[in-house]
Amino acid sequence: MKKTVLFGTLAVAGLTAAAASAATLDDVKARGHLNCGVVTGLAGFGAPDANGVWVGFDVDVCRAVAAAIFGDKNAVEFVPTTGETRFTALSSGEIDLLARNTTWTMSRDTDLKFDFIGVNYYDGQGFLIPKSLGVTSAKDLDGATVCIQTGTTTELNLADFFRSNNISYQPVAVQTNAEGQQQYLAGACDVYTTDASGLAATRATFENPEEHVLLPEIISKEPLGPLVRHGDNEWGDIAMWTLNALVAAEELGVTSANIGEMSAAPTSNPEVNRLLGTEGDLGAMMGLSADWAKNAIMAGGNYGEIFERNIGENTPIGLARGLNAQWTDGGLLYSPPFR
Amino acid sequence: MSDTHAQTVAYVREGMLEQQAPPTKEAGAIRWLRENLFPTWLNAIMTLVAIYVIWYLLSGLLPWIISPTWFSGSLSECREILTGAGQSTHQACWGVIRDRWDQLVFGFYPQELYWRPVLALVVLLAGLAPILFGRFPKWFLGFSMASPFIIFLLLWGGPIWFPVMVALGFVLGAVAFRSAVRFNQIVGVLAAILVPILFWLFLAEPIADALTSVLPIGLESISSKQFGGFLLSIVIGVAAIVLSLPLGIMLALGRASDLFIVTKLSVGFIEIIRGVPLIVWLFTASLLLNYFLPPGTNFDLTLRVIIMVTLFSAAYIAEVVRGGLAAVPKGQYEGADSLGLSYWQSMQLIVLPQALKISIPGIVNTFIGLFKDTTLVLFIGLLDPLGLTSTIRASTDWNGIYWELYVFIGLMFFIACFSMGRYSLHLEKKLQREHR
Amino acid sequence: MSSMTDSPPRESFRLSQLIYDTRYRSMTIQVLTLLLVCVGIYWLVDNLLANLASLGLQPNFGFLDSRAGYDIASSFGTWIMNYSSASDHLTAAFVGILNTLLVAFLGVILATILGVLAGVMRLSKNWLVSRLMAVYVEGFRNVPLLLWILLIYAVFSEGTPRPNDFRPGPDGTAAASMIWDTFAITNRGFYMPAPVWGANSGLLAGVFVASLVAAIFYRRYAKKLLFDTGRLLPMVWPMFVIALVPVVLFYFLLGRPVSLDYPVLAGFNFQGGIQVDNPLMALWLALSLYTGAFITEIVRAGILSVSKGQAEAAAALGIRPNRAMSLVILPQAMRVIIPPLTSQYLNLTKNSSLAIAVGYADVRATLGGITLNQTGRALECMLLLGLFYLALSLIISFLMNVFNNSMKLQER
Repeated sequence: MKKTVLFGTLAVAGLTAAAASAATLDDVKARGHLNCGVVTGLAGFGAPDANGVWVGFDVDVCRAVAAAIFGDKNAVEFVPTTGETRFTALSSGEIDLLARNTTWTMSRDTDLKFDFIGVNYYDGQGFLIPKSLGVTSAKDLDGATVCIQTGTTTELNLADFFRSNNISYQPVAVQTNAEGQQQYLAGACDVYTTDASGLAATRATFENPEEHVLLPEIISKEPLGPLVRHGDNEWGDIAMWTLNALVAAEELGVTSANIGEMSAAPTSNPEVNRLLGTEGDLGAMMGLSADWAKNAIMAGGNYGEIFERNIGENTPIGLARGLNAQWTDGGLLYSPPFR
Repeated sequence: MSDTHAQTVAYVREGMLEQQAPPTKEAGAIRWLRENLFPTWLNAIMTLVAIYVIWYLLSGLLPWIISPTWFSGSLSECREILTGAGQSTHQACWGVIRDRWDQLVFGFYPQELYWRPVLALVVLLAGLAPILFGRFPKWFLGFSMASPFIIFLLLWGGPIWFPVMVALGFVLGAVAFRSAVRFNQIVGVLAAILVPILFWLFLAEPIADALTSVLPIGLESISSKQFGGFLLSIVIGVAAIVLSLPLGIMLALGRASDLFIVTKLSVGFIEIIRGVPLIVWLFTASLLLNYFLPPGTNFDLTLRVIIMVTLFSAAYIAEVVRGGLAAVPKGQYEGADSLGLSYWQSMQLIVLPQALKISIPGIVNTFIGLFKDTTLVLFIGLLDPLGLTSTIRASTDWNGIYWELYVFIGLMFFIACFSMGRYSLHLEKKLQREHR
Repeated sequence: MSSMTDSPPRESFRLSQLIYDTRYRSMTIQVLTLLLVCVGIYWLVDNLLANLASLGLQPNFGFLDSRAGYDIASSFGTWIMNYSSASDHLTAAFVGILNTLLVAFLGVILATILGVLAGVMRLSKNWLVSRLMAVYVEGFRNVPLLLWILLIYAVFSEGTPRPNDFRPGPDGTAAASMIWDTFAITNRGFYMPAPVWGANSGLLAGVFVASLVAAIFYRRYAKKLLFDTGRLLPMVWPMFVIALVPVVLFYFLLGRPVSLDYPVLAGFNFQGGIQVDNPLMALWLALSLYTGAFITEIVRAGILSVSKGQAEAAAALGIRPNRAMSLVILPQAMRVIIPPLTSQYLNLTKNSSLAIAVGYADVRATLGGITLNQTGRALECMLLLGLFYLALSLIISFLMNVFNNSMKLQER
């Protein structure tokens, strides 16, 4: 009995993280690091390497936010979350930011009391199927066995799709992408369905990727984005504008290579100057230093660089930009102006 | 004499007969085989079936296990090595163990600080030695008592003063008990409980803060988010069992007491905890525990899990200790009563020492079960060894690896649990001998 | 108190008696404990309400009536509850409950069989067999159950043929074939024929029940004869004849009312027949093997607890070893075996929640998994889940206690 009290006291004294109080930014600053919720392991989007350093597309968003606040991209602790624990972790204040390919839906935004701060990847649910089955459309999948990750929106989309097309299927529930891949390759299911980016990433790591095809149907919209707790708008602004800064930097041609030069002195482009803090003081409006955006971009490069390094066409994942290109290139990425 | 005999007996053998070898059927390996493997027809069939099963398993597994892939750096490299050596790619790829060894053992603990968990393990074993093996000098018990604080400091780091203050609370409690017990037993117990609690609540933190600012000694602070792999399993298992011991003993005493309300409350707690699977409790720890704490407090997940697993194992420990209490002969209770000892005195001096000694094998077995069950934390996002498997597979180097990690983790668990099980068996036998 | 003594005249109640007087002290302690526990519970609930209020949530079970919207792999539960994605969350919870009960029930049966067999074989004089059983016991007891479930599931999905392998390839031969054209083992599940009940099948069932009753009566008669006169009638084969011959006769007389629906490969999967999914198979097998290892040790300890004299006396009476085991030793060992066996059954039931590892739709997966996740009602779902498991555990303990009492030595 006494020892329980002991550890309770110890916990209160030494180990408690700061509470989920109103001013998240103050808590984060007092703590000295950002707590960022990530996936327990998804190739390209978030996984630790052999040295325990987290890398990935979502992970880089966390690092950018940490850099914007502290000027140090390593001032972040990653909290692996599962599909089931991610929302409680955020609402209980265990993490300050959830960057874990989470679909922006209305009920999550309103009923579960979160705020999505933007979209860092436009995705949709697709189907992966062996070529040898000769299926060309998802509507031919009547009676198929489908591997699906539980605890995601894809589960509901799938039920709706098959129901509206009046065909039947047999679901095989899997916990993680790695498990889904293993079941699919073993032939325990005919089709594997999840976000199309995930499917492409998974297919890229197969021994014989050319033996598998993605069906043309994309049955849902999956805007994946980072999210914060509802109610702390100052904190939401910081996360939102950090993401926007990464997108804007690509649009304005600011890269991690030329940022040192561009931020040394005001350039001819006033928006670049405002973004990098050489003109005006946008950072102070959010309670950050003037070079917040510069730090965020230097953490992992602009949006395009982060994309190319983690999931782009030159990586084993090999995703094309598609919808995730800048609006100037026909994509959906569109940052509001920095003014 | 011999002469007379020589006449009455026609022939007396002078020397011993040469010892003859037993019939081949009754000697050596053949006899052993006949007696142990083929005594009856049914047994012979069973033996043959058993041999077939063993052969089948080994012939399937051995070629897979023996694979020259220890130094490969990725799965594709593995496949190259195997095809290069002219072997099929359906063989183990052991490179992943070498590549991710550190991660599987220490999780994300900083590499340059690996000595701390290792040292903590040494301190743990040393601290346990007097309890497990008995007969140690008395000063060593002091070290045992201090070891939880040393281990805490080593693992989590931070200023030295917090664990010192907590330890000081216990010392104050003991002092308060000593000085107050002269007036009255009950006052002593109350003082022993109240003084440390008041100390921890109001004095410990300011004093520790002040001392830290004056004398900032300590180790680099490590957040429990960085724990993982077997380190995490061991930390959760050991912390839970150590912390649950006092609670479990209290519950067992409560259940065995003749106070109606206390008994019912203890039984209720034990049955509720034992009636619900650990995985549900873990989800409760992960999803709900924060709701039951004052608004604003927020433990990190590892700590919440430790709290929940502690409550869980306390119920099991309580049942083990209850068995121990029941095994103490009734004469011991009566003897204590006849000496005029109070309830706490008789428990403390007569009953519990005997009951706990009998319970040690059961406690070790509970620990084995708990240690195995720590693998369930992967479902709430903690990266124990099994949780790390899917994380490791998420890296492009090792995507598609499957069996090797499971086999390795299973083997590690087997070695740990098997040796602990043998130890508890040895204890049981020793206890039986002593009881005779 | 008493009027006989003159000093002290009348003991009035003093407050200090609450602490010093053993008559009142136990009362004081109990009331204090109760008070502390109440304060503790109040504190927890108060925190809970404050936290929920600050998050704007309110405990409410209304979500159970709303549309679930997700599909569950067809299983025992979905079949009984007639579940589809249009059903509500409550139905989904019941599907999960039924699936949990099914795997727990099957697991208890198989684990008991495995445990008793292995326990007897563990004590066999055959060196190899007893060592093999020791390896089985140690191997399963010392490795986490979760790992075994994952491994066995992986063996099922990697080591068995795909439905596609049953199709003839270009050379006209298939990589895998059905067993007797009746059973199919695939990496998705185990398929077997399902009975189709035609007209008159009720009559056939009646005949079957009647012949079973007749067989039981024959057994009673034979036993009575044995005890009364010592005449030993043959037991096994007449019972089989009585039980089976009328059924077979009537089956043909009534024009084969019951036919079998064989599984056939059609489309992506086998269709028809009864399908047992691999998640269920893997979970069932892993739970049974794991718990069986513990039961093995319990059975072994139970058998060893029966004094050697019993076996020797049985041998002296000329009872053959097999019959001595089932007539003399096991019944006595049962008294030692049942209490720990109960706790193993409870463990198995609780461990069935590890279905999460293979995606079997048990109650944790539906109510405590998908429903919780889609509705965000963590508190309500976990509460219901905990209550269900608690009730199940209490029911199993109760049943096993009844059984234990009936097995107790009847003292006269």
